[in-house]
Amino acid sequence: MTFSPELEEKFARLLTIYPEGRQRSAVVPMLMFAQDEVGHVTPELIEEIAKRIGIPTVQIEEVVTYYSMLHQKPMGKYHVQICTNVSCMLTGGTELWERACQKLGIGHLQRTGDGQISLEEVECIGACSWAPALQVNYDFHHNVTPEKLDEILEACRKVN
Amino acid sequence: MTKLYNEPSPLETRVLTKRFGLPNSASLDTYLATDGYVAIRKAIEMTQDDVINEVKASNLRGRGGAGFPTGMKWGFVPRSSPKPKYIVVNADESEPGTCKDRLLMEYDPHQLIEGMMIAGRAVDAKAGYIYIRGEYRYLIDIMDKAIAEAYQRGYLGKNLFGSDFSFDCYTHTGAGAYECGEESALLESLEGKRGVPRIRPPFPAVVGAWQCPTILNNVETFCAVPPIIRDGGAAFAALGVPKAGGTRLTCLSGHLNKPGVYELALGFPLDKMINEVGGGIPNGRKLKAFIPGGSSCPILTAAECEGLTMDYDSMANAKTMLGSGGVVVMDDTTDMVKVALRIMRFYAHESCGWCIPCREGTAWLRKILTRFVDGMGTKQDINLIGDLAHNMLGRTFCPLGDAAALPTISIVEKFRDEFEAYLARTTVSIPVQSDLPVLQPGM
Repeated sequence: MTFSPELEEKFARLLTIYPEGRQRSAVVPMLMFAQDEVGHVTPELIEEIAKRIGIPTVQIEEVVTYYSMLHQKPMGKYHVQICTNVSCMLTGGTELWERACQKLGIGHLQRTGDGQISLEEVECIGACSWAPALQVNYDFHHNVTPEKLDEILEACRKVN
Repeated sequence: MTKLYNEPSPLETRVLTKRFGLPNSASLDTYLATDGYVAIRKAIEMTQDDVINEVKASNLRGRGGAGFPTGMKWGFVPRSSPKPKYIVVNADESEPGTCKDRLLMEYDPHQLIEGMMIAGRAVDAKAGYIYIRGEYRYLIDIMDKAIAEAYQRGYLGKNLFGSDFSFDCYTHTGAGAYECGEESALLESLEGKRGVPRIRPPFPAVVGAWQCPTILNNVETFCAVPPIIRDGGAAFAALGVPKAGGTRLTCLSGHLNKPGVYELALGFPLDKMINEVGGGIPNGRKLKAFIPGGSSCPILTAAECEGLTMDYDSMANAKTMLGSGGVVVMDDTTDMVKVALRIMRFYAHESCGWCIPCREGTAWLRKILTRFVDGMGTKQDINLIGDLAHNMLGRTFCPLGDAAALPTISIVEKFRDEFEAYLARTTVSIPVQSDLPVLQPGM
């Protein structure tokens, strides 16, 4: 597989920052940074990372299936993650989640037909004091109102 | 002035957060202009025992949730071991209700780096890793930038400040797993594996990252170290209460007029925290339930909150915990059955699956609570929830099982009437066996 020069640089660095012989430590960061570029964790990506680190593919597969941010199927260009954990639930997070599902006609870990937006109901994202909160890819949105949610979704629909 | 997430309160004691809001607070120049990297120079001049003793004198206790005395933890590291030693920062902040470590890294990354360096100096560690939860990607960029700046200007690297002390610092991203906030699961994850906890002992201080002695603390714990070494352990201790020194970054959330992250001295009155710092409960509503430090803590009723102060002993006396600093306030409109369900959905999702009482218990409780909320609960279910939760207590390798059981037990015991009210609304009639063969009663 070929990656962008920026990702190659990150990979090269990740293979040097852990103690000698402990390069397996780079598995999670490599998968995360690669997913950002590739879109999701593909079998080819797993093989490529296994080859670069020098470990069996099964040791990557068991990691991929454990962590909730690693996706084995394509998510939308904009992955909208809405928190409904306690602090968000108390301040309207559940309603935001239901509204988003209804507006887009999709559910948890599904994406719209055009591949533009996907939805995920997530556990606490660490924005409790500014609840309800959501993340679009890695960007935080705090104190989200239903109107603000509509604007966020509208923006995700439009931008190319 | 850098934009803050919430207005500071005049009732705060700002030690760890003193740079929040300064222009370019994350830059090395701002840090240096405000006592930055003074403590590490001092620590290099001190003996290792003196550094550890100063931390002990500060009465600093771990800010991640367990509250273990930090100086004592550092003292467990076998300095004579021929193995390399490591510093690992737990920045996997994911306890529901907690959003403070984020700000410490966003506004003052150098304070964290300096705290790690001092820990490194205390136990002869030459490298430190910051394990940051995957959702906090922007903080990896901020920390990496601060680390690069520190290297460039000679605050990280070899033979620092003309001494024989060298220190390297790296960030490491997680990928979404609450369990990795547990120290041994975090180390597994750091090593590139599934975040399943290890059997302890040995504790990380002796056998930690890559089988080497490791100091593993929460972000806030490391951030408290530079002020402690700079101004002395006694000064830090004096800010708090006798057995717990310093301040606590407290994340106020839920039904409050002024939710936000505030640095409060340990022992701060609970009532004053809700009504003055947090601006009280909106619309003149009354307090119903209170989570003192993340959803893993037993929940308190309004009556139980009376006269309490925010410190370890006061909370222990009230049969709960100070926990992670994540305070959640619930007003009298809150549906406690739904809260119980939401909390259990979280733990069922996050259980790593290793210990059967946790894996099966959380999933089973989630099913029963879902059934209840859907209007299909039975009278026996109320006791079954309590019995199941009690069966998980103390029967798992890591605290996640207890963390799921404790709030559930407290809700079902303290708000039993709400579960009974749900029964009255039950719409579907379910044939009930007189003695369900699922659990031995009274276990």
